Amino acid sequence: MTLLRNEVVKIQNNEDIVQIRQIVRSWAVDAGFSLVDQTKIVTAASELARNTVDYGGGGTAELQLLNEGMRKGLRIAFEDHGPGIADVELAMKDGYTTGGGLGLGLGGSKRLVNEFEIHSQPGEGTRITITRWK
Amino acid sequence: MDRIPILRMGKFLLVTIQVDMHDRMAVELQDDLTNMITKTGAHGVLIDISSLEMVDSFIGRMLANISAMSSVLDAETVVVGMRPSVAITLVELGLPLTGIRTALNVERGMALLQARRAMEEQEIFDDSVEE
Repeated sequence: MTLLRNEVVKIQNNEDIVQIRQIVRSWAVDAGFSLVDQTKIVTAASELARNTVDYGGGGTAELQLLNEGMRKGLRIAFEDHGPGIADVELAMKDGYTTGGGLGLGLGGSKRLVNEFEIHSQPGEGTRITITRWK
Repeated sequence: MDRIPILRMGKFLLVTIQVDMHDRMAVELQDDLTNMITKTGAHGVLIDISSLEMVDSFIGRMLANISAMSSVLDAETVVVGMRPSVAITLVELGLPLTGIRTALNVERGMALLQARRAMEEQEIFDDSVEE
């Protein structure tokens, strides 16, 4: 697997959520994703960026354009140093939320991508990595 | 642009969302719309989302909220113009857009609101004739 491009974007506020949607969209276009696949990864990124702002107190998103054999992929890692998630399994469940949301962010975004990884340490932060292949 | 404009068309309100909304903007639209319904006594709200390239759970919830609030205020909301890619993504995201009326485009949405309004007026008329 080769890394074609790499970029780290700050995610601190509402405007940054909109910005990451636009950046992910343009990277997905560059990766040759279909319109539906573009929409899926942009939506997943929007959900996770909002979690980074609302629950993680802000953080970063690292975008990677990947090449593996014949296929291209887009990987995004959201990282924050917020309070972390005490029970990851519970947090992944649809409808579970500790905020005022619908509780669809984690479970929902997992369904929109091909690979989903979550590491969270209470008191230290959360890192969620999603990948969508063309 | 800070706020989404709301246009008045007779008994109905028309909102065309043409920008990638941040969350605060979506919440403001919700507030502005409920205020406008009360102020104008509008019977229907048409929200055109054909320019939206994605609808995530926050925007989806805002649409559901507007729909619920307007129905409490005796106005029906119709969301029109959802792109197919957005619809596919919403379903996989697991967003229950139940309770939201949709139509393919503005024209059909407007027809839906007008038909609904005509039906209600007929009922009122029938009731008063019976009395």
